[in-house]
Amino acid sequence: MTTEIGRATYAADTETVYASFRRRLLRNKLSLAAFCAIGLLVVIAILAPLIVPLDPNEPDANAVLERPSWAHMLGTDDFGRDELSRIIIASRTDLLVPFVSTLLALAIGSLIGAICGFRGGWLDQIVMRMVDAVMAFPAFVLAMGLTAAIGSSITNLVLVIAVTQIPAYLRQLRAEMLREREMEYAHAARTIGNPTWRIVFIHLFPNCFPTLIVQATLAMGFALLTLAGLSYIGLGIQPPDSEWGEMVSEGASLMVTGYWWLSLFPGIAILMTVLIFNLVGDGLRDLLDPRTRGR
Amino acid sequence: MSKLLELENLVVHFDADGGLVEVLDGVNFTMSAGEILGLVGESGSGKSVSATAILGMIRRPGRILAGSIRFAGIDLLRLSEDEMMRYRGRRIAMISQSYRTALNPVISAGRHISRLFEIHEGSSRASAWWRTSELLDLVGVADPERLMKQYPHQLSGGMCQRVMIAMALATSPQLLIADEPTTGLDVTIAARILDLLRDLSKRTGAAILLITHDLGVVAQTCQRVAVMHAGQVVETAPVRELFRSAAHPYTRALIRAIPRVDVEVKLDPVPGTVPSLHHPPAGCRYQNRCPHAMEICRREKPHQAAVGQDHEVACFALGEHRDAAA
Amino acid sequence: MTPLLEVEGLRKTFELRGPNTWAARLRGERPVVRAVDGVSLAIGKGETLGLVGESGCGKSTVARCLLRVIEPTTGSIRFAGEEITALGGRQLRLARRALQMVYQDPTAALNPRLDARRAIEEPLRLHFKMTPAQRRERLNEIIAEVGLGADLMARYPHELSDGQRQRVNIARAIAAHPSLVVLDEPTSALDVSLRSRIILLLEALQKRLGLSFLFISHDIATVKYLAHRVAVMYLGVIVEEADGVSLFKAPRHPYTRALLSSVPVPDPDFCHDRLVLSGEIPSPTKTYVGCRLRGRCPFAEAVCAEPVPWREVAPGHRVLCHLA
Repeated sequence: MTTEIGRATYAADTETVYASFRRRLLRNKLSLAAFCAIGLLVVIAILAPLIVPLDPNEPDANAVLERPSWAHMLGTDDFGRDELSRIIIASRTDLLVPFVSTLLALAIGSLIGAICGFRGGWLDQIVMRMVDAVMAFPAFVLAMGLTAAIGSSITNLVLVIAVTQIPAYLRQLRAEMLREREMEYAHAARTIGNPTWRIVFIHLFPNCFPTLIVQATLAMGFALLTLAGLSYIGLGIQPPDSEWGEMVSEGASLMVTGYWWLSLFPGIAILMTVLIFNLVGDGLRDLLDPRTRGR
Repeated sequence: MSKLLELENLVVHFDADGGLVEVLDGVNFTMSAGEILGLVGESGSGKSVSATAILGMIRRPGRILAGSIRFAGIDLLRLSEDEMMRYRGRRIAMISQSYRTALNPVISAGRHISRLFEIHEGSSRASAWWRTSELLDLVGVADPERLMKQYPHQLSGGMCQRVMIAMALATSPQLLIADEPTTGLDVTIAARILDLLRDLSKRTGAAILLITHDLGVVAQTCQRVAVMHAGQVVETAPVRELFRSAAHPYTRALIRAIPRVDVEVKLDPVPGTVPSLHHPPAGCRYQNRCPHAMEICRREKPHQAAVGQDHEVACFALGEHRDAAA
Repeated sequence: MTPLLEVEGLRKTFELRGPNTWAARLRGERPVVRAVDGVSLAIGKGETLGLVGESGCGKSTVARCLLRVIEPTTGSIRFAGEEITALGGRQLRLARRALQMVYQDPTAALNPRLDARRAIEEPLRLHFKMTPAQRRERLNEIIAEVGLGADLMARYPHELSDGQRQRVNIARAIAAHPSLVVLDEPTSALDVSLRSRIILLLEALQKRLGLSFLFISHDIATVKYLAHRVAVMYLGVIVEEADGVSLFKAPRHPYTRALLSSVPVPDPDFCHDRLVLSGEIPSPTKTYVGCRLRGRCPFAEAVCAEPVPWREVAPGHRVLCHLA
C-alpha cells in the first residue's frame, strides 16, 4: 500500500545540488549545529597557539591548583599551568590523531574490503582469516600492546589506532560489496560494457559511501577514546605535550582530594567532541544519499 | 435481498511526507452473500486501501474521514477494536499476494492452520489436525498429511497460496477478501487457484472480494465487477455487461489497452497518467484523461447513476446525467 | 541469410552445495540443477523471438548466458557471425555494444546515484569517443525515440515514475546502436495501463531502428502481440517453437496447450478448452532421459520414457514430443 502512496508523492521539482544541500541542512537543525560545531572545533585547533589566553606550558608556582576564576577560566593544574590553554592546545592532537588514523584506516580497509567482497575466492578467505585474527583482540588491548612495542610517538599512535580500526572497515565494505554486486544495476553495468574496475569503483563503491561515512565518524569517536585511553594509562601522548586523556589521568588522583576541575573539563571536551563526530556523521549520511534529496 | 457488504461514501486520507494524500474519495460498492465481486484498478486506485478499511486496519498516518462499511447490517467503522476482532479473521478473512512472507518460517504449514481451530473453536490438538487435513483436501492439496509437516520454505508458491486460503477458510468466513491472489504465481498455477476460489465460493457460500488489476482474471472468475480509478469507483456492473457494453471512458480505455491471446487486437493505451493523489483535480478525477471531459466534470464529482440493469456509472456524459445535463 | 543470433546446444548447470547435499555427495553423486539443458534458437535481423515459460524453465538463465552475465557451461552462441562464448576482456566489451539487455525490475537496474542523463549516456562514453556536445545531441535523439522529456534528465531514479524508469532502461539499451536487445520481463513490474505504452514503444523502435528482440516473458498475451516467432520452455528445454500465428492457433505440445489454455481472457463468454496438467512443476534437480512432462501429461504413454526427438509438424513449427 505504501508504494501506491509513494507513487503519488515523488518530488516534482528539480533544484540544483547546492540549493538542495542548503535546504536540507537548514531544515535539520541538529545536523546544522553539529556541522557548525565541528567547524568551530577545527578553527580552534588550527588557531590554537594564537588564541590561548596563557602559555599552556608555562608553570606558575604561585598559581598552583587554583579553582576556576576570571584569571584562569578553567583553573590551573599542579604545575600552575592554565587548564583552558592546555585544553585548547590539546585539541590539535585530539582532532588530528583520530582524523588521520580514521582516514588511513578507511582508505586501506575499504579498498581491501571492496576487492575481497567483489572477487571472493581464496584471496577473500585468506584476508578474512587475518582479519579474524586481529579482531580476536579487544581493540584497546591491541592498541596497548602495539604501542608498548613500537613506542608512543604521534606517528606511531596514528598507525596503531589505524590498525585497530582497519578490520571494521574491511568487513563493512566487504559485506556491502557482496550485497551490491548482486544488484541488478551491477549486472546492467556489466552488460553495457563496463570493465570491472569501473563497475567496482564508479558504480558499486559510491553506493557504499553513506554507511561508510557514518561508520567513519562513529569510529573517529572511538579513535579519540582509544587515544585518550592510551594516554590515560600512560602509553599515549607523553607529558609535557597536552592531550585530553592524559589530562584526565593527571587530574584523576587529585579528584579525591577535591580538585574537581582538572579531570572534569578535559573529560567534557572528550565527550562533546565524540558527540559532535557522531552527529556530523548522521548529517553527512543524509546529505549524501540521493534518495533523501527531495525531502 | 439485503446486501452482505455495503461501502458507502468511504473517504480515507493519508498524512504523507509531502502533504495530505486523498486515497479514497467517496467509495461506494455493495456485495451480496455468496457473490464474487471483482475490484479492478491500477496501483493508486485505492482498491487495497478499501480492503484494509473493511478489515478495520487503517492506522495512522491513515484516517477514515467519512463513510460507512456495513457488514450484515452493522457499521464496522463504529465498532471498537475488541468488537472488530470478532469479525476480522473470523467472519471476514483475507488472503494477499505476499503469500510467502505471510507465513511464519518456523511454524509448519499444518500448524498454521490447526492453530486457528484451536484458538477459535477450542478444539483439541488431534481434532484440529484432522480438521486441517480435511480443509487442505478441500483446497485441492493432493497429499495433505505430507504437506502439513512441511515448512513454508519447502513449499512452492501455489502450495503456499493454498495454505493461505485454507487458513482463511478455517473459520468459515462469510466474506473472503483476496488481494491480488495470483500475482506472482505461474500462469497454470494461477488458473487453478482461481478455479479453486470459484469452487469454494459455491461450496461454502462465502462471498469473495477479488482485488486485481487483471481484467482477464475478472472475466474468468467474477460475477460482478467494480472498477476503481484514483480513489473513486467509476463503474459497477455484472461481468458480462461490463465487457460487452462498458460505459465509463476509463473502463473502455482499459479494455482496449490489453493485449489478448484469443483475438487480434490493436493496442490502444489509456491516455494520460493517474492523477496525483496529493493534489487531485476537483470534480471527476478522470477529467484530464477523458476524451469526453466537460465543464461540469471539473467542478463536480459525478455520483453513480444507473445505465442498465444493475449497471452503474459515475460519469456526467452518460446515463441519467446525460439526460439531466441535456 | 545468416541469422543475427544463433544459439546451439546451450547448457547451464549450477552445482548445488550446502548441508542438504552432503549426504548425496558422500554417495558420489553431484547434485546439480540443469537450469538450461540444451537450448538452440535463432533470431534474424529485425525479428522478435518470444521466449515463454513458467518459473524454473530457465528462460532468464538463457538471457543471462547470452549476455554472459553468467557463463554457459557448454554450447555455442554466435552473434553476427562471431562466437561470443570464447571472447574475453576487451573483445567481449566490444561485442556488448551490439547486444544489450533491458532488465525486469526498472528500479533495481538503475544505479540510484546516477541521474537519468548519466545513466543513458554511459554506453556512449564506454563505446564511442564523443565530445560532450555530441553526446548531448545523441541523448536528445534517444530520448525523443523513447518518449522521455528533456526535463526528466536531471532526475534520479527514485524521482521518476515506474514507466519513466523503464523508458530510461530502454533508452540506455538502445543508446549505442545495438542490433539485438534482450528484454527480460520488461513489462511485468508495470501497471496495466503502462504496459501497452511500453509494448507499443518497443514495436515502434523495432520498426524504426531495425532492432531484433529476444522477448522473455510469462505474459503470454504480450508475447503474442510482439513476437514473430515464439519458443516455449519447460524445465530447461524448448518444447515447442513456431511462428506466432501457428503457435497460438494450433499448439501441439501438451505443455503449450496447457499454458495457453490457462491464460485468463478478458471475455466472460470465452470458453477455455482447458488442458490441466496434474501435479506441480517438479524439482529442477532431477535428470531426465525421456520427456520432462511425463509425470504430469494426460497423454503420456510408455514411449515417453525414451529420449524425445524433435518433430517438424509443419514448416517452421517443431515440437519436442513423441506423440504430437
